[in-house]
Amino acid sequence: MPPLQKPLFPDSPVADDAAAAAVARAAVAPDLADAGFQLDGERRRRWWQRTLKALSPGFGGVLLLFLLWEAVVASGWRPEWVLPSPTKVLGRVWNELFYADTWIALRITMQRALLGYLIALAVGVALGLAMVRLKWLRGAFGGFTTGLQTMPSIVWFPFAILLFQLGEGAILFVVVLGAAPSIANGLLDAVDQIPPLLVKVGRSLGARGFSLYRRVVIPAALPGFVNGLKQGWAFSWRSLMAGELLVIIGDRPSVGTRLHFARELADAEGLMAWMVVVLAIGLLVHALGFGLAEQRMMSKRGLLGAQR
Amino acid sequence: MSGRLVVEDPQSVAIAVRGVSKVHGHGPAAVLALDRIDFEVQRGEFVCIVGASGCGKSSLLHLIAGLDQPTSGQIGVTGGATSLMFQDPALFPWLSVEENVAFPLELRGVAKAERKSKVAELLALVHLEAFARRQPHELSGGMRQRVALARALANASHVLLMDEPFAALDAMMRDKLHEDLERIVAATGLTVLFVTHNVREAVRLGDRVLLFSSRPGRLAAQWDVAIPHPRRIESREVSELAALVTDRLRSSSASSPHAPAPEAAVS
Repeated sequence: MPPLQKPLFPDSPVADDAAAAAVARAAVAPDLADAGFQLDGERRRRWWQRTLKALSPGFGGVLLLFLLWEAVVASGWRPEWVLPSPTKVLGRVWNELFYADTWIALRITMQRALLGYLIALAVGVALGLAMVRLKWLRGAFGGFTTGLQTMPSIVWFPFAILLFQLGEGAILFVVVLGAAPSIANGLLDAVDQIPPLLVKVGRSLGARGFSLYRRVVIPAALPGFVNGLKQGWAFSWRSLMAGELLVIIGDRPSVGTRLHFARELADAEGLMAWMVVVLAIGLLVHALGFGLAEQRMMSKRGLLGAQR
Repeated sequence: MSGRLVVEDPQSVAIAVRGVSKVHGHGPAAVLALDRIDFEVQRGEFVCIVGASGCGKSSLLHLIAGLDQPTSGQIGVTGGATSLMFQDPALFPWLSVEENVAFPLELRGVAKAERKSKVAELLALVHLEAFARRQPHELSGGMRQRVALARALANASHVLLMDEPFAALDAMMRDKLHEDLERIVAATGLTVLFVTHNVREAVRLGDRVLLFSSRPGRLAAQWDVAIPHPRRIESREVSELAALVTDRLRSSSASSPHAPAPEAAVS
């Protein structure tokens, strides 16, 4: 055994070993061949195929619901001015797309959604990280955040209106309250579920302190965290719709105000058209914003096996 | 680090363990896992530790790796750093094979070009050049363990600590990895401390075999393995010495009232 004076592989011994390695490499081939290395189907698909795949489960179900709906309308259970047929409603959605007001309403709603979600993200991540690091904080507020999550966001509105009057602030407040606990809890669960061995290995390979967080803890927690983000989106979208129905601001048209006025005018077709829009936005953000990213992450880590 | 021993003779000694005891738990539930362990590992030496389950083998590796502190006694490692390998390859699933191997290099701030050539060199060493871009889940168990070995080698320490690294592999794959490890150790002059419950594996690989008794873990006996390399696990010399070690393992376990039947001789 040669005494070792230099760092592990400066240049020489390994290079000299190349011939021996080549021989051994030939002998090793069988076990490489047996492992069956097929690229995941996921990775070979083009982007539009992946997009379709991400969208298809949601829209398949929606299609089925529309068929059922059509059948109920055809049965004459309710008059058409109360329960319009899906073709009429979809036609109305199409027509609405040609009005500038529609786009203004959509823009305002989506701005609120985005702003609320971003604030919720910041608050949720800060809260989640604080609870990960500080045991006492988690003991004090861990159960409380879960409780907040179960609380219907509409319950907050009277209080929010008291605090912020009928304005953007009230809506934002409730959207953030709706989404932040889910994001914080998702982060907390995700960190709890990191395999301890990965952290141990990371430490033994020289990752300490911040670099351990950045290179091991955060990537290992990502799948669980994305779940929390998804749930956070669902909660914030619901809270936003509740808010826009309750807090009608005169010069601020929104998806919620359109729903509200459709109800006031007993315009069943318009009401349902805007309900379809709400559903479609929720699904689209879910599928395109999270579905694609999640699919990619899961297939990279070999976690899609059960679904294939 | 507190309790770390400065190795007196760093030119020849790689690991020094002096009077190390480890108690797990507190009060009446406390268990003495390791009892006054004393040994040294020379530079470039391959030492195997065998013992039935509960002999504190894994605890000892954790202590040497600095992941845990001994209750009493001192441990010194020349150069300070160690690399660890476990039964589970524990590759980072979000990184590709080459990124896994590059992980310790990046942490040390090795420049990109050098990193790249080092990773290629290490992957060639474990015969996985063709799989650099794969994700860990696309590899077989034996290949993942080889990536883990390459990653451990990238850690640039002279001391490799292995905790039953091949226990989850089938016999053929294990033979293959024994050959790889033997070749890599010969090429690099690594110091290896290898924990196993498989006596034949210990004799196949080690320059020296340490036998630990169970509950509490004590250093019960040791053998120098004078069998020339390359060795085969089925060879007569290996079997004979393994039988000797196994007999001793049985008698040392029998004297301990709680010890389960040793699974050691089966391989």
